[in-house]
Amino acid sequence: MLSDEQIMRYSRHILLPEVGGRGQQKLLAAKVLLIGAGGLGSPVALYLAAAGVGTLGVMDADTVDLSNLQRQVIHATPDIGKLKVESVKETINQINPDVNVIMYPEFATADNVPEILPQYDLVVDGCDNFATRYLMNDAAVIYKKPYVYGSILRFDGQASVFNPPQGPCYRCIFPEAPPPGAVPSCQEAGVLGVLPGLLGLIQATEAVKLILGVGEPLIGRLLIVDGLGMEFLHAKVKRNTKCPVCGDEPTITKLLEENYLQAVCSVGSAEE
Amino acid sequence: MTIYLPTPLRRHAGGAREIEVSGKTVRDIFIGLKDSHPALAEQLWDDSANDLKKYLSVFINDENIRNLQGPDTPVSGKDVISVIPAIAGGSI
Repeated sequence: MLSDEQIMRYSRHILLPEVGGRGQQKLLAAKVLLIGAGGLGSPVALYLAAAGVGTLGVMDADTVDLSNLQRQVIHATPDIGKLKVESVKETINQINPDVNVIMYPEFATADNVPEILPQYDLVVDGCDNFATRYLMNDAAVIYKKPYVYGSILRFDGQASVFNPPQGPCYRCIFPEAPPPGAVPSCQEAGVLGVLPGLLGLIQATEAVKLILGVGEPLIGRLLIVDGLGMEFLHAKVKRNTKCPVCGDEPTITKLLEENYLQAVCSVGSAEE
Repeated sequence: MTIYLPTPLRRHAGGAREIEVSGKTVRDIFIGLKDSHPALAEQLWDDSANDLKKYLSVFINDENIRNLQGPDTPVSGKDVISVIPAIAGGSI
């Protein structure tokens, strides 16, 4: 049952026939795990909190840095030096006290993800590197959780929802990470500050749709966003029956840390 | 026909968003890039595997060639070939 205050807070949701009080209760009962509290994670956390997602797990070992503030809008200048998960929790507590933020001030690893992920209904990708993305993709497949994918670089972004066998997983589309030098990181090449906002909101929209069970999620579609041209390409993507993790005969059936070493990164300094 | 390059790959093609190419199949086109755009070809084509590099997904219009005939997928004049790399943003 929604309280009078919740009925007022979520009135604009409740008015929607596709949501109603019942849908709002689904949101309040939902548990979403967010990997990364940075560029993509910021808008996802803000909007899922506003929407009333009842439990939001946030996983990030980083502290807030001045260079983050150009795009990581959940953090503010006074938060510099603070753990990002703490900054997220403080902001979300102010936006919506209905949301229980569970902080995981650690990086996702093959050891901690099996303990954490099964407690959640779905996982949202705010990853900033390939190793973590492949780890979370594989984990989501193994633990059968929908994975709301998003990634950005410079002026471009990608988004999808991975939920095999309904559609592909990340490895079906990109079987391997790029070699050093092929694709730069934001740290090397930069990223337009507004871009993770654009992609993060797409991810938040997909997460809400999945929780409510409405609309057409991006399952089986890869959305490619060209921010400079403001063009959106919808590419069809299918499950690869020979995929090592979601295929008919998977070879990746558990998470092993050695499969996710940060070996494949762009060249250049890792130091700020 | 046209190859569309997203921004992470444009630096290998002198900043071009689109390049004009010719060929009867995807394979023809990418092998042809070795002459016309060698820096780009090096990033996209794996000679030892005789295939596109595994960090790319290539679409003809909106269809993934992995769901068609792979690099042997035929192409025609009006097709737009999009070469989409895996991206991860962030830091190293």
